[in-house]
Amino acid sequence: MSFINYASREINCKIVYYGPGLCGKTTNLQFIYQKTSPDAKGKMISLATETERTLFFDFLPLALGEIRGFKTRFHLYTVPGQVFYDASRKLILKGVDGVIFVADSQEERLDANIESMENLKLNLEEQGYDLDKLPFVIQYNKSDLPNVSPRAELTSLLNPNKVPEYDACATTGEGVFETLKAVAKLILMELKKGGTGG
Amino acid sequence: MAAQSSTFVMYDEELRKINQVSEKLLRESNSKVIFLVDKNGQLITSVGETAHLDTTSLASLTAGNIAATGGLAKLIGEKEFSILFHEGEKDNIHISIVGGRVILVVIFDQRSSLGLVRLRVKKASDDYGLIFEELAKKSEQEDQSGAPSAFAEITDDDIDNLFS
Repeated sequence: MSFINYASREINCKIVYYGPGLCGKTTNLQFIYQKTSPDAKGKMISLATETERTLFFDFLPLALGEIRGFKTRFHLYTVPGQVFYDASRKLILKGVDGVIFVADSQEERLDANIESMENLKLNLEEQGYDLDKLPFVIQYNKSDLPNVSPRAELTSLLNPNKVPEYDACATTGEGVFETLKAVAKLILMELKKGGTGG
Repeated sequence: MAAQSSTFVMYDEELRKINQVSEKLLRESNSKVIFLVDKNGQLITSVGETAHLDTTSLASLTAGNIAATGGLAKLIGEKEFSILFHEGEKDNIHISIVGGRVILVVIFDQRSSLGLVRLRVKKASDDYGLIFEELAKKSEQEDQSGAPSAFAEITDDDIDNLFS
């Protein structure tokens, strides 16, 4: 649910990074944080365990610039990927405007990806959302590793609806901004269609 | 799919009214900062000593806090916990839900007290509630009027320019 503030002329949107544990959601945010100029970003918040596993969420506010006289602000959130944090994941999906599914391309994580995708659909439905109608893109992370599943297999299992998809290596940043840009674009197109209350 | 792509809209007039209520609450409760946050973590407005506060982070964490305690409430069969209070050595935070969807945060120190803040928040909540009701009605009317959206003319170039 985007927040349009006519008083301060701002558009605020919420993007959630979803995916199985250790797929690189937090790494995506860290790269964006490192590569964004200080005036365009706020503080990055990570609510993580002592071993740096996400406990509740990571949060990064980004200001992308103006569109038709409105400042556009994107709030990026990650969910905790580990299976047993499902209650927290549901909370973070509240009010989401767009979702990025970060898949772990490694062969041994194929099942975890599928499980997480099913979990995403279920949790969205619980909140009254339909993934097929939300701005949604998929990122195949860790594509630089030697033991990855064939891309065709990943696509057929995770992306039957052919939403935009990107190969990425979040540690070096390859594909990170492309993925973010794709979902931001879909969200703004949705705003254009939906008007002020859609 | 009621939740799908609904948008929360704020207009000048309502924001001014909300800030008037906040200023009054700030004065009468002797508090330092007051801010209103959408349940999804978007800061709506803030008044008081906000200069050295990271209000964006505060808004996001407050909403996370309310969401987490709301989850806890449901687990024990409560609808929600409508008031949260965090006590610090110097500063304290009083968090409450206004009109079902907006979070009111009051930060105060020893110049005030929990009792006073609770009392004044209760009164102000009714005032906020009325304004947010008006706001909801106004957005609905705008929707039904079929007037073209301010964003209907966004072009692909506009969007691409954001990332250039």
